Amino acid sequence: MPKRTDIRKILIIGPGPIVIGQACEFDYSGTQACKALREEGYEVVLVNSNPATIMTDPNLADATYIEPITLESITKIIERERPQALLPTMGGQTALNMALTLTDAGVLKKYGIELIGANYESIHRAENRESFKRVIEDAGLRYTESATATNLSEAKAILNKVGFPAIIRPSFTLGGTGGGIAYNIEEFENKVQAALESSPVSEALIEQSVIGWKEYELELMRDKNDNVVVVCSIENLDPMGVHTGDSITVAPVQTLTDKEYQAMRDAAIKIIRGVGVDTGGSNIQFSLNPENGDLRVIEMNPRVSRSSALASKATGFPIAKIAAKLSVGLTLDEIKNDITSVTPASFEPTLDYVVVKIPRFAFEKFPDIDRTLSLQMKSVGEVMAIGRNFKEALLKAYRSLEVSRQGIESIYTADDLGELKKKISIPTFNQLSQVFDTLRLGVSIEEVHQITKIDPWFLNQFKEVLEIENRLKNEGLEVELVHLAKRSGFSDRQIGKITNTPENEVTTWRKKEGLIPVFKRVDTCGAEFEAHTPYLYSTYETECDAEPTDQNKVIILGSGPNRIGQGIEFDYCCVHAALALKEMGYESIMVNCNPETVSTDYDTSDRLYFEPLTLEDVMHIIELEKPMGVVVQFGGQTPLKLADALLERGVHILGTSPDAIDRAEDRERFKALIDKLGFKQPNNGLVRSISEAEQVAEVIGYPVLVRPSYVLGGRAMEIIYDQTSLQKYMSHALTVSPDHPILIDKYLQDAIEIDVDAISDGEDVFVAGIMEHIEEAGVHSGDSACALPPFSLNDQALKTVREQTIALAKELKVVGLMNIQFAVKNGDVYILEVNPRGSRTVPFVSKTIGQPVAKIAMKAVMGKSLKAQGIEEKTIKHTAIKEAVFPFKRFKTDSILGPEMKSTGEVMGIDLNFGAAFAKAEIAAENGLPTSGQVFVSVKDHDKAALSLIAKRLSEIGFQVIATAGTADYLNRLGLQVTTIKKIQEGRPNIVDALKNKEIQLVINTVGDKLSQTDSREIRHIVLQDSIPYFTTIAGARAAVHGIEAILKGEIQTLPLQQYHS
Amino acid sequence: MNNQGVLVLEDGSVFKGRSFGAEGESAGEIVFNTSMTGYQEVLYDPSYAGQLVMMTYPLIGNYGVNSEDNESEKLWLQGFIVKEYTRIPSNWRAREPLHQLLVRQGIVAIDQVDTRLLTKKIREQGAMQGILSTRTDDVDLLLERLKGIPGLVGRDLVSEVTTSDPYVWINGEKSALNAEIASCDAHVVVYDFGVKYNILNMLSALKCRVTVVPANTSADAVLALNPDGILLSNGPGDPEGLPYAIQNVKALLGKKPIFGICLGHQILALALGAKCNKMKFGHHGGNQPVMDLATKRVQITAQNHGFAIDLSEIKEEVEVTHINLNDKTLEGLRHRTLPVSSVQYHPEGAPGPHDAAFFFKRFVDSILK
Repeated sequence: MPKRTDIRKILIIGPGPIVIGQACEFDYSGTQACKALREEGYEVVLVNSNPATIMTDPNLADATYIEPITLESITKIIERERPQALLPTMGGQTALNMALTLTDAGVLKKYGIELIGANYESIHRAENRESFKRVIEDAGLRYTESATATNLSEAKAILNKVGFPAIIRPSFTLGGTGGGIAYNIEEFENKVQAALESSPVSEALIEQSVIGWKEYELELMRDKNDNVVVVCSIENLDPMGVHTGDSITVAPVQTLTDKEYQAMRDAAIKIIRGVGVDTGGSNIQFSLNPENGDLRVIEMNPRVSRSSALASKATGFPIAKIAAKLSVGLTLDEIKNDITSVTPASFEPTLDYVVVKIPRFAFEKFPDIDRTLSLQMKSVGEVMAIGRNFKEALLKAYRSLEVSRQGIESIYTADDLGELKKKISIPTFNQLSQVFDTLRLGVSIEEVHQITKIDPWFLNQFKEVLEIENRLKNEGLEVELVHLAKRSGFSDRQIGKITNTPENEVTTWRKKEGLIPVFKRVDTCGAEFEAHTPYLYSTYETECDAEPTDQNKVIILGSGPNRIGQGIEFDYCCVHAALALKEMGYESIMVNCNPETVSTDYDTSDRLYFEPLTLEDVMHIIELEKPMGVVVQFGGQTPLKLADALLERGVHILGTSPDAIDRAEDRERFKALIDKLGFKQPNNGLVRSISEAEQVAEVIGYPVLVRPSYVLGGRAMEIIYDQTSLQKYMSHALTVSPDHPILIDKYLQDAIEIDVDAISDGEDVFVAGIMEHIEEAGVHSGDSACALPPFSLNDQALKTVREQTIALAKELKVVGLMNIQFAVKNGDVYILEVNPRGSRTVPFVSKTIGQPVAKIAMKAVMGKSLKAQGIEEKTIKHTAIKEAVFPFKRFKTDSILGPEMKSTGEVMGIDLNFGAAFAKAEIAAENGLPTSGQVFVSVKDHDKAALSLIAKRLSEIGFQVIATAGTADYLNRLGLQVTTIKKIQEGRPNIVDALKNKEIQLVINTVGDKLSQTDSREIRHIVLQDSIPYFTTIAGARAAVHGIEAILKGEIQTLPLQQYHS
Repeated sequence: MNNQGVLVLEDGSVFKGRSFGAEGESAGEIVFNTSMTGYQEVLYDPSYAGQLVMMTYPLIGNYGVNSEDNESEKLWLQGFIVKEYTRIPSNWRAREPLHQLLVRQGIVAIDQVDTRLLTKKIREQGAMQGILSTRTDDVDLLLERLKGIPGLVGRDLVSEVTTSDPYVWINGEKSALNAEIASCDAHVVVYDFGVKYNILNMLSALKCRVTVVPANTSADAVLALNPDGILLSNGPGDPEGLPYAIQNVKALLGKKPIFGICLGHQILALALGAKCNKMKFGHHGGNQPVMDLATKRVQITAQNHGFAIDLSEIKEEVEVTHINLNDKTLEGLRHRTLPVSSVQYHPEGAPGPHDAAFFFKRFVDSILK
């Protein structure tokens, strides 16, 4: 059946910023959807507030709106663009909910827009717990005993039926936000309250617990002829009770017979039909009682998802791309399987390998939060690995995590056994390693199974790994044994550690013995048909499927799992590097292990190696492919860490030399560099003891910025105001990592921080963007909002920044990207940091200036000069604001910003002036500015003077200012009309009551040292839970005033990116 | 040879592995199966008689074997080849680990083989004869022995797997021909060319009295049982090797409604005057897309055949109802005037999807009309 001709223009809604539970997998799906629909000849209008995405590249859609995903903003876009259809299934829960909102508000009807992919009724049937339950029952399937409640007393009535432990799931939320398990009545009441609050419709499902049952997931596709295929089956290693996003998962299912698998498949097909998903992908989760096979349906997502991204990478079947094509009326049999190129997409992939996914957590960033894994997702990223058996896939995935382990190492000793058994009874991110240790200490598989409910099949596999480990310990480097170890996924480093041999000796010996890996293809069909897509993974077997070409080729090393500090921005850069190579006629080879990304789409580069980013694994690819060189500057720290070792092995590193990178990273060499150029950096010192630290701090003066050397994302970085705090910090830091010295920098209070992204071709330097941070220096650059172009710097400072950027690029002989952080204080320009590599802001700058910065850089790396590329700096007439998005609410943790990065994602506001752009950025970051009402201010003494101007302006534009006694007196003395309100400890009613009663529309709250943070913590907690707009810095508050003014003046525009750059 | 096993193909290629089944030596045509689950059903499928079966999914044995999923009385294949055998199974229905079954039934099996390489070889060079041994790794000797092993073409494997006596299938068991059956709407006689139990189970579930007869039962003898319909079952090998079956079916055409599955389909087609060709490496797996040409809908089907039917010379009388979307081969036919139809694939699944299970109901409905 041909595709539809009655629609020409399709609106796609993206997922917005990266948050926990909704990450770059939707950039992968959105990008595929845009490409697929345009390939079919449709016009695509895209809206997404996240600039760090490939999908928002202006060449991927006909009109690209980097605008907030709100009813108001999307209605404006619809008015402007008049699409005939809306595809709501590509942008996660955000897009799906927005489609419902647009329908409910009558917008779609008014403009005659049809929902394609999933209709209103089917979204409701899948997402509303009660109606979904009916679908399940109508299909003759079983659901766990459950009912929905809209208040606590209803919930309690349901509890009587389901009993403890009870599962609480809010309706219409993503990533299990607000869900939980209650074991007693107190927990139950708290969790029901929380769930009702987090559900946009104040509804929660109370469900009988099937904790300890097995969990499975199927990924399905359906077309309009009602053809249904199951693309992938997934078995969770973690039993029920852990959110699937936080579970280790395996594809395909391992422990079900065909009869059981087919029963699940039949059930899934009945459900997708019952729910009435018109076309596209869905995932359905099941739980199964391992005692008797009793099968229950848990839930369904009528859209592409994190799991469908994983399933696409695990099978080679691009779910989002095909879903997009189905949404315009094509059928599965009309779409070709890209990989075989001769067979249709109407089939079910068969795997001849095993896939393991392991989530990556960032608990170290949030020391106070509960680390137990439960129904609410907590991981920030994931890795996937492919092997010819489970053990190989598991160990490859584990080393892909980059958690500084050689393998699943032994940590606990026999003395800890009692403790260990207790530990493994609670699922945490450490459980895998603890389970390994429990088995190492001789506890039986049966007992570990009883405690953890992990299927004995997996435990037996673990045991087989441990048997190899033991034999290596006893027998050492013996060929047959090491061959077995390599087939089971052991790294040379791990083998070296077990056998007390340096890694490189293991490698040399192994190669001499002929133990080298081969590469096999992921081809959807178990080799039944010839694969035309070089999507490869390594294994130790006979035949190599790689068939490397003899073209000029370049290897791009990707950025591995997403984590706080290294996320989608780096994947964006890697994808652009591949695009640049393609445009220049080179073969591009991508190496990465993150299944959520666009870089691991087999369509992105010419060849894709889905492999861990370790020296050993990367060297195998290099030895096979023999590239002209390797690019390490686009994937963040992950590839940079490998640069020296690659160089030592004779690999050509393209672009800026590793030595230049070292010159910028090594503190001593960096200091020499700055001195040589006659630039300034904040006074600093490198210390190794408390007394040294005290001396240095004394010399440079408090406050100081302290951090361990060689860190990422501001890990463990703090601002210290006095000697006592310094002692405390140092004694802790020295216990944690005694080998690494601590850096102490003068903290430039109230300085303006500047971020610069530039490209050099070795001759010329292109200053792509000079960004002024909204928050003052001291807030991590990844957490700070920033403006492009700068809004307060004078020309002299800008000139200096530009000159120093160029001088540094030349001195370091940068070829490719470079990022510099400056601080400007009292007219003086200081250099804080130089990173001769791609940075987090590259995509933001690219979107703002309308030039593909990473692509230009890659071309420069390949020797095409900036001149030859015709690159020149252009003045822009608009302003763009990047704002960070944080997981504070999900983690119920404090929202104070500091030198340690905590944000998971970012949004962009772009408009014709600063205020309007800022207002948009805040709306997109779900911190939308109010235009009237009461503003509560509470600031540290240092900020009071600055606050007075803000308060004054807010009063003038109609806000009522409220403050606690001290601040109120101060402001009133300056002639302002400020109402006094009680602090928490001053009796009632106080500020907390006012916040809870929703009497406050905006909060400005700055705090000094750690102690004063504790006092106001409660306030920030309520502000977060109730989503009251807030600012914790004066600079942020000041920008907010501009934003509010812009809204009041009606300056907010809705324009596509293409128009800003035309 | 100490736990070792070797597979030698007729082209001289050698795959060394580790024995995990019975000790011995066994030869046959090597085929690969792409089903990720269902090794127990594959092993018990009589259609694999005369063949060495290799699974493309690398981990086999994970869930052991149970008492409920057998598809016939015993294991019929010549040998079993996998990438990695899992010795310790996990599943609530598991009765024993797979290797115990293999050893008990004398089936040679090896693992640690680069099965993907083997698959590619078969894909590129077509079906080949192979010999599997745990007794010797003398390649020349094995190649010599392989020469004496007959291929599948023209060979009657059905006579080795068919039942010796007729029986009635009741509650999943064989019963005497005169056994009473509680309530039944129709009487179906099934020609056992190597029938899988699930075919019989699905007919029983539709309230049929199911009488199973040996492959060489004459048309008259079948008619004497007074069936409402006749089902021609699946089975091993080349239909051209079964002239008696083709003759019998020819005699039954027009007498009773007939439905054929797999080998039964091929026999029916030959009886109707079609041609049969050996395929390069056949279809063996559970993910084959088949289009119903009338509805344009796609079924994901379980398949297991190495021969395909060519209808070009009898287009007048017989219509193509289904085709395979991967290679456009014939998957289903219907006579334009007579009540006979057949499919090349397995509506009974076992292993494999149930997308085509409705065929049994359609057949039973048609004979009740």
